Amino acid sequence: MEQTVVKFYQTGTFTVGNRLLEPDQRSVQANTQRNNSLNSGHRACQGCGEALGARYAIDAAMQATNGQLIAANATGCLEVFSTPYPETSWQMPWIHSLFGNTAAVATGIAAAMRVKGRSDVRVVAQGGDGGTTDIGFGCLSGMFERNDDVLYICYDNEAYMNTGVQRSSATPPAARTATTMPVGPQPGNVFGQGKNLPQIAMAHEIPYVATATVADLRDLEYKVTKAMSMRGARYIHIFVPCPLGWGAASHDTIRLARLATESGFFPVFEAERGEVTGVSRIRHQVPIEDYLKPQKRFAHLFGAKPDIETIARLQAIADRNIRRYGLLDEAAPTAAQNRFKRLRDPLGDRAAYPATNVGVE
Amino acid sequence: MQKPFAITLDVGSSLANHTGSWRNTRPVYLDRLPPCNHQCPAGENIQAWLFHAESGDYEQAWRVLVEDNPFPAIMGRVCYHSCEGACNRGQLDAPVGINSVEHFLGDQAIAQGWKLAPVAAASGKKILVVGAGPSGLSAAYHLARLGHQVTVQEAGPLPGGMMRFGIPQYRLPRHVLDAEVQRIVDLGVHIDYNTKVSNVLEAQQQGGFDAVFLAVGAHIAKRAFIPAGDSARVLDAVSVLRSMEGEDKPMLGRRVVVYGGGNTAIDVARTAKRLGATEAIIVYRRNREKMPAHDFEVEEALQEGVLIKWLSTIKQAGESSITVEKMALDDKGFPQPTGEFETLEADSVVLALGQDVDLSLIEGVPGLSVEDGVVRVDVNMMTGYAGIFAGGDMVPAERNVTVAIGHGKKAARNIDAWLKGSAYVAPPKKELAGFDKLNTWYYSDAPKTVRPMLDIIRRQSTFEEVQGGLDESNALFEARRCLSCGNCFECDNCYGVCPDNAVIKHGPGKRFDFNYDYCKGCGICVAECPCGAIKMVPEEV
Repeated sequence: MEQTVVKFYQTGTFTVGNRLLEPDQRSVQANTQRNNSLNSGHRACQGCGEALGARYAIDAAMQATNGQLIAANATGCLEVFSTPYPETSWQMPWIHSLFGNTAAVATGIAAAMRVKGRSDVRVVAQGGDGGTTDIGFGCLSGMFERNDDVLYICYDNEAYMNTGVQRSSATPPAARTATTMPVGPQPGNVFGQGKNLPQIAMAHEIPYVATATVADLRDLEYKVTKAMSMRGARYIHIFVPCPLGWGAASHDTIRLARLATESGFFPVFEAERGEVTGVSRIRHQVPIEDYLKPQKRFAHLFGAKPDIETIARLQAIADRNIRRYGLLDEAAPTAAQNRFKRLRDPLGDRAAYPATNVGVE
Repeated sequence: MQKPFAITLDVGSSLANHTGSWRNTRPVYLDRLPPCNHQCPAGENIQAWLFHAESGDYEQAWRVLVEDNPFPAIMGRVCYHSCEGACNRGQLDAPVGINSVEHFLGDQAIAQGWKLAPVAAASGKKILVVGAGPSGLSAAYHLARLGHQVTVQEAGPLPGGMMRFGIPQYRLPRHVLDAEVQRIVDLGVHIDYNTKVSNVLEAQQQGGFDAVFLAVGAHIAKRAFIPAGDSARVLDAVSVLRSMEGEDKPMLGRRVVVYGGGNTAIDVARTAKRLGATEAIIVYRRNREKMPAHDFEVEEALQEGVLIKWLSTIKQAGESSITVEKMALDDKGFPQPTGEFETLEADSVVLALGQDVDLSLIEGVPGLSVEDGVVRVDVNMMTGYAGIFAGGDMVPAERNVTVAIGHGKKAARNIDAWLKGSAYVAPPKKELAGFDKLNTWYYSDAPKTVRPMLDIIRRQSTFEEVQGGLDESNALFEARRCLSCGNCFECDNCYGVCPDNAVIKHGPGKRFDFNYDYCKGCGICVAECPCGAIKMVPEEV
């Protein structure tokens, strides 16, 4: 077998930038010329995952479209904290829709651009999990079904945070919110079917569906860039921890996203036309407790007498994701491999180094 | 201006909203002290030179290295690299092979002929250094760079001290030693060979020296009383190793017994093997755990066929055999005789029981005091006699090359300050960059690159260097394993992970700053900084 020398770059692509990489292999966020689409001065809480995820995603989309991008934004935290009248944090054309019709508004913008012959101007729609999985679901499904030329980005922080942490259909089981059972034998959200929107989007067999988190910038940028290279309905679901709503420390936002993926609780993958084409493998697997413990919304599971049964049920959800997407499967196609295909010089996140070069058997 | 219905204000940017006012703690960049630098007896800035090696700029890496230590190629071979024991990467997979990268940089410098930067403007001061060993040469190097005129007076015929007359060639090839000493001579340091200083005050006065640095080492072998027959051949380790440098190699015979448990005993036994001894046996009175020799040297010696007789003392030496008594460790770990005897065949016995300092040159110097056979110095490396400083093996400290080099550097700084009528004040120590300060998620997983070792048969019979060097590609690999503990390596994480765009990136080599107008103090940058170069401090209210 031919042995390829994979270069070793100290941090590889785990960090935002890397002075050892060629400039064209660095992330959008490492560039001092990045658009900063969501600019400073916004009113998001300290350590807001959504503000971070939105800048990551829209900056990448802006770069992919040479700045020819219009955003429609559902009501929600992102809209509220970025545009208190008369200020705006958006350095791009941006429109606030209703809570439930962002997908339809974006469809309208795309139609208008088509009529005007502006195929260079692209459209994104964005909203939180409430505006996407609950209130805006009908419009979104319609957008998918018609295959409208829109990238829909859902920033999933697992509840209605803007109005005071009410449960949404994306709230995980056992998590406490303002509208779930506060006391009793099993406080917090019920164990139900939930609403797995990436899977539902895949069922529409649209060109591209992906999940991402704020813990893996390079993966997120790759997926947004890839989505913008395609036409038709595309959907990206970004996991964005909420320090306020989850009862977590503001500095733990990225750590929590990392623990969610490393435990398997939030699977990161991409799919084309309904088929999974790449997954982000777990690098250092952690038990679900590591993810749950730093969050006060799960505090009732721990304390003097841990609720082992509920923790085990949550672990089972993670284990199912691991099986379903092959998150520990060495042979599974990875999104990282797809990502590296695009780079001139393949890089290794892990050091694959030929033994002959290091002078040992 | 005409405004649309229900609109009363002009559109504005959120930049008008200074969210920095929300903050009660603020992030600040800092440089912490990496554990390797903290550990290094020569005070090398290891993380800083690895930083340049990481980008393949080996010359710059070497230049940063020689700021503190003029002997990278020697260090890469003989330093016991305690830095690697302290390396945070050891808690992740294996420590960074700092010593092997240093070895590579030192060899590169020799191969490429890199020269030291010219010295500072001449100070007009003359300094005498006594002894051209590691400590003396290190002091001479640093003093010369500070602009002083340095003369080294060396009793022996060649420079290097114990690096030449104590360390065997298979550990330190002499062309490497010569090349690194020559660079110091090229700097303008004058070395007088075969010049034994018998009275330091006289020598100072005769040469008109403003200050003196004593670094004569410890070259007198300690003896132990062993009843020996007339024909018994009993030698000492120092003279055996020294005679290896001359024309006539020592006659040790086919069966050699070495008495002692330090690194010198190991060196002699391995040398004996190379000279053709069929048996080289080290007799040591305690066990392996108590042995002062370094583990890797013991291991290499055993691999080469050296035998070690633990818990034994030599009672008597005869013409072709010796008598050893078995020992047993008592409750306190001290060896006690058991009364059991054994006879070993031996053509020669080499005593490696430690060395004493030849203190004759300081006899009668007022104020200068000697304790336990070594010269007392204060924290500034100065003896009790003003203007006479001392370092290396002749002062109380661990005796190895790296410590001696550190003494030379420290003494040079203090001599420089003393000549100016002030006292050297070391910059305050930075806080330590412990493993808990790092976010190791971000580093690629990578095992340590192992240097090639000469195969056993070759190294039993030759004095070729046992440990080879890394090549360019794996030296780069090894350098890039550095976690850069406590010191920004410009990974852009803080610049990327701030939800408020409150980090200003200044570009390559210029690091970052915070924009406190917008920083809300969430602390994500601190949590996600891989190397622990940011910390949160409370805002003053």
